[in-house]
Parts: sequence; C-alpha cells; structure tokens
Amino acid sequence: MNNVMFDRIKKEISDNDVVLYMKGNAVFPQCGFSAAVVQILTILQVPFKDVDVLQDSEIRQGIKDFASWPTIPQLYIKGEFIGGCDIVREMYETGELQAFLREKNVPFQDAA
Amino acid sequence: MTIQPDIEQSIEAKIKAAFNPLSFRLVNESGKHKGHAGDDGTGQTHFRLEIVSAAFAGKTRVESQRMVYGLLDEEFKRGLHALALKLSAP
Repeated sequence: MNNVMFDRIKKEISDNDVVLYMKGNAVFPQCGFSAAVVQILTILQVPFKDVDVLQDSEIRQGIKDFASWPTIPQLYIKGEFIGGCDIVREMYETGELQAFLREKNVPFQDAA
Repeated sequence: MTIQPDIEQSIEAKIKAAFNPLSFRLVNESGKHKGHAGDDGTGQTHFRLEIVSAAFAGKTRVESQRMVYGLLDEEFKRGLHALALKLSAP
C-alpha cells in the first residue's frame, strides 16, 4: 500500500470518532454484513462517517492492507480497529461495544 | 490444469490441521448470497465457520480472527469472499 493511501486512512480515522468502511452507504448498504453494522450503530445512535469502498477500488484494497483484514465492513473507533461484522455484533450483544464507547467518550444512546 | 481442492475442503483441512479444534462447524452459505457482489458462480464464496480451539485462549477477537484469516489468505485470493466467524476457546 502506498503512503498516500495509508495517510488518508490514518487521517480519516483520527478526524472522525467513528468510521465505518462499508459496501454502499449508511442509507443504502449494498451488503448484509455492512447493513448489520449500520443497524447496530443506528440503534446506539452513534454518529459515524461511512466510507463506501465500492466507490473507490484503491480504498477497497487499501483498507484491507491497512488493517491486515481481508473483509469489509471494518469499524474504527477513535482510531482503533474494532473488527468486522461478527466482532461488532458479538461486542454489541455482550455490552462490550457500549462499554468501549463509554470509555472512549463517544456519545451514544443505550436503549437497552 | 492443476486440480485444486475446492475452497470448502481446503478451509476444513487447513483449519483442522492448524487449530486442532474441539468442535468444528463449517457451513456453506453461498446459496444465500446468489447474485450478490462476490458471488462468482462457483458456490464457494460465502461460508460460516464456528470453531472451539485452545489456540484462541487469551487472544482478543481481532487476534483470533486474524489467525484464521491469515491461514486462509490463499482461499481469499481464489475467490472466497465472506467468512463469518465464531471463534472461542474451551
């Protein structure tokens, strides 16, 4: 991966508290796994930046190299890679995601 | 032409050899994703893998999943598109 792409991702995940690299966008996800993460963030009312990797093949490959993670979606909170759909779902169900958001001072609504 | 084992067989062989799992469940969900992005028509693109292995003891979720993904790098290159994972230690 070139430095330009690395710096772009680095900047994106530090300028925004929560970033989701996904297929499609938050309004029209193009993949069930991406949609599942959007749904969880929506339930928690976490503001997030959605990056549609389908619009940009460089970022689509770049984000996989960046995280050493071969699949999309990928969630970042306060610059930290959290995981993909399975991990986000598990963390949400156990309450770890909410605890992590609280710890990082990211505002959200815990409806449960 | 070299005949390669299909992706499902090669996932099973590699995972069993590397993680010596106490329980192993691999489900081919490609049919559920027919026509979606990533479906290359082989019926070998979307899987769900659930394993219990001592190898995951003390590992974070990200570390555990990276261990599996790292092992299956070649399968991802050959067309594996999505692998839902449920990994745990006994």
